[in-house]
Amino acid sequence: MAQTLEEKQKQEKAYQQYVKEKTPQHNVFANMCKAFLVGGIICTIGQAITNYCSSRGLDDTQSGAWTAMILVLISALLTGFNLYPSIAKWGGAGALVPITGFANSVASPAIEYKKEGQVFGIGCKIFTIAGPVILYGIVTSWVLGLIYYLLMKVGVQL
Amino acid sequence: MSSMTRGTQSIYFGEPPFILSSGSVVGKKEGEGPLGTQFDMIDETNMFGEETWEAAESTMQKQACLLAIGKAGLKPQDIRYLYGGDLLRQGIATSMGVEALQIPMFGLFGACSTSGEALALSAMSAAAGYGDRILAVTSSHFGSAEKEFRFPLGYANQRPLSAQWTVTGSGAFVVGIERSHIRVSGVTIGKIVDYGLKDSQNMGACMAPAACDTIMRNFEDFGRTGEEYDYIITGDLGYIGSDILHDLVKKKGNDIADKHLDCGKLMFDQQSQDTHAGGSGCGCAATTLAAHILPKVASGEWQRILFVPTGALMSTVSYNEGESVPGIAHGVVIEHC
Repeated sequence: MAQTLEEKQKQEKAYQQYVKEKTPQHNVFANMCKAFLVGGIICTIGQAITNYCSSRGLDDTQSGAWTAMILVLISALLTGFNLYPSIAKWGGAGALVPITGFANSVASPAIEYKKEGQVFGIGCKIFTIAGPVILYGIVTSWVLGLIYYLLMKVGVQL
Repeated sequence: MSSMTRGTQSIYFGEPPFILSSGSVVGKKEGEGPLGTQFDMIDETNMFGEETWEAAESTMQKQACLLAIGKAGLKPQDIRYLYGGDLLRQGIATSMGVEALQIPMFGLFGACSTSGEALALSAMSAAAGYGDRILAVTSSHFGSAEKEFRFPLGYANQRPLSAQWTVTGSGAFVVGIERSHIRVSGVTIGKIVDYGLKDSQNMGACMAPAACDTIMRNFEDFGRTGEEYDYIITGDLGYIGSDILHDLVKKKGNDIADKHLDCGKLMFDQQSQDTHAGGSGCGCAATTLAAHILPKVASGEWQRILFVPTGALMSTVSYNEGESVPGIAHGVVIEHC
């Protein structure tokens, strides 16, 4: 009865293919439309906040900072009231990609792990989801900075 | 005493042990499902009076045990041994839950197949004379399982359509030598079966080959066909896994599609409860058996069933390290008498 390794691999491959055919997937086009709508609404709210800040006499940097802070606050509150997951369930990446999705990915572990304590719970686990984004975001910025520096050194004007 | 072993993986009990009683405790969503009215206890808060998911699961398990023991007219000290397990690391839901009962215990891990593993061991112990009354218990909790295997509950993501919904529930069973209307006539202990799937969000597909293996082995070891069972009831293959099981069994020259039920499909209403591919978790098979299946066997509506809870034996570490998700399934033959 013992299968050779080759037979086993062949069987596994055939099964994986078969399961793939059997497994329903979300409709990508419908998901993209929903994501466009939800992401668009979030960004429109952000733009409205920015416009309001500018109209009150803040410069671009200050307006941007206020916009980010207010969106993060709204998202954290919606996460706390357990509403943000429903938005993302419908809107998918439209809710995940904007800064509000990032805020949710920090707020939700903080809520979940609070019961494990301030240090080992919230402290250690608050960035379990956002951690990779932060780490690789910084690494990418560093690489781009290095390229920028080297290009300047060889006299490329950017 | 003549040997009770049958075939390569099964046991046929010369003097079959009986299931004396059962207890089922579930959460809100399960209570709203099609089986809602049949459970012994429903907690609308899912917290069972506790502060954390883990403590809630433990308390739920203790309540299921006490219900089963109480229904048999017994006290915890009347139980000789306890076989129990759950999905959490180091099986804490069981250890913390059954501590108060002070019953000598064995902790098990069989993922969602634990109800079958615990029942098989309980029946074997009782049949062998190691104890007159043995308690089998298992549980799962949506909150603690999501936290352990996936994401914090508040994290915004889209569940794939193949994902299953972990049942918040605990089922307990008193197995003993005193006569009741339900007997365990035999068991088929499953092997680990791995077809190399790595998608832990499609557990039905990961476990279906194991279910097929155990069911076919049961037929062969006992010299039976599907015809001799009223129903073959798997634990939590869900909609996708069940379809796959039918195909796999067909490939082996059998057809069980019209005799097959799955606790993961029975537990929730797929249309209205948004549970995607169905229910899962140790509690899914255990509470369905306790609340829905055993009463039908006790009344004689079903004469003989094959109960096959299935487990996906992965951890978050094995998953992250690129290992596939092996499956296991144990068969328990339950008869009216």
